[in-house]
Amino acid sequence: MSWKELGEASVVRGGSSVAYVTTGWRVNRPVIDESKCTNCLICWVFCPEPAIVRHEKGKVTIDYDHCKGCGICEIECPLKAIKMVREP
Amino acid sequence: MNVLEKSKPVPMLGDEAVAEAVKECDVDVVAAYPITPQTIIVEELAEFVANGEFKGQFIPVESEHSAMSACLGASLTGARVFTATSSQGLALMHEMLYNVSGLRLPVVMAVANRALSAPLVLNADHSDMMGSRDSGWIQLYAENVEEIYDRTIQMFRLSEDARVMLPSALNFEGFILSHDMEAVRPLGGERIRKFVGRPKFERRLDPDRPSTFGAISSPDTYYEFKMQQAEAMKSALGVFKEVEKEFHALSGRKYGTVDAYNTDQADTIVVVNGCSAGTIRAAARVLNRAGDNVGVLAIKMYRPFPTNEVVDHLRDAESIVVMDRSVSLGAPSGPLAEDVKSALACAGLETPVMSLVYGIGGRDFSLEDGKKVFALAKDKGSYGAMPLMYGVKN
Repeated sequence: MSWKELGEASVVRGGSSVAYVTTGWRVNRPVIDESKCTNCLICWVFCPEPAIVRHEKGKVTIDYDHCKGCGICEIECPLKAIKMVREP
Repeated sequence: MNVLEKSKPVPMLGDEAVAEAVKECDVDVVAAYPITPQTIIVEELAEFVANGEFKGQFIPVESEHSAMSACLGASLTGARVFTATSSQGLALMHEMLYNVSGLRLPVVMAVANRALSAPLVLNADHSDMMGSRDSGWIQLYAENVEEIYDRTIQMFRLSEDARVMLPSALNFEGFILSHDMEAVRPLGGERIRKFVGRPKFERRLDPDRPSTFGAISSPDTYYEFKMQQAEAMKSALGVFKEVEKEFHALSGRKYGTVDAYNTDQADTIVVVNGCSAGTIRAAARVLNRAGDNVGVLAIKMYRPFPTNEVVDHLRDAESIVVMDRSVSLGAPSGPLAEDVKSALACAGLETPVMSLVYGIGGRDFSLEDGKKVFALAKDKGSYGAMPLMYGVKN
């Protein structure tokens, strides 16, 4: 964008991070083994992003648009229900 | 009839002149930390608040970094903000200076110039501001106390103009000007408040419209934000002329982006900023009375640099000396000399320019010294590849 069209001082309305997709940041992606997951939400506590979400039926799932692939959830899951898998 | 004829001169120290001007400029927030030789400004403003003479909020802070941070936050709410500092204090503000200018906040600051440690020294040179030269602040240099008073008022208008929206810093040498008592003809609070006005800011902090200010950019956008600041600096030159014109109508006082003495005829011209301009001008007058033909160009506005005016005044000179009250150690010239040399080179002029460093750490610069500088200008051996360190004890 030209400097003439750009707003001054990089002012961004609150909530803009939702629109910012970080999929490309990941090397590995967390994959939940649903047979082991008990929805305890320990991963939700430790996730530094709001990338652990619960879908409409209350099941824990991962928001791959905002997960940066740090792998903390894999380490913190007490049931070893999350595995980091290489992105294709 | 202008106010000049009516107003009675009042004796003021340089620092007091700043505080007096700020008191009348309808300032909302002052966040400052005392440091010699700027302390009187902060003391006076605190006293005005305590006496109920100044309605602004005074935020005592624990450091200059906090002072500039508080100024940033206050300015984001749309408040009119002022601070003052010197030397180590300005160095500690350095990080926040860039944030304030990058956020396009019209914070106004007074800098009582003082050299930097080590070794510890309390006296004047310009190395504090020159260290923050590229921080995106408008930089003015005053040479007497009334000019300090007038420039403080003008800076609010200049910084807050919608075409500018950049912070500005007024420089005056510590002790030499900050503690120098001179006559100031005050303009009166009502007149000043009418002059500075109250422009409406956009981009305010607003709880109903939560926003991130200065949000992360990328190699794809950061450069464009800097381009906007560069353009704002460019328009500040034009806006400054308007502000000065209006101020002149109000007060009868005008200083310009540069002050020229005999530059249209002189064969030798000395370029200088700050209070030594008066000294060197006096020396030039003495020499001219004795048959010499010399001139002086005082740089009043350092950023944005008034390149066209500087080139116009220096165009016909045979030799030029640029005096720097700061030293860029290891550089081929002092900072002001570098600007002058590059302005001349861009205009295709090949006039020899001597870079002369003087007055470091408050070393006195007298009328006799001024005469010696003009004598040195005639000595071709002084035009070296490194700055001439004038007045150092060999």
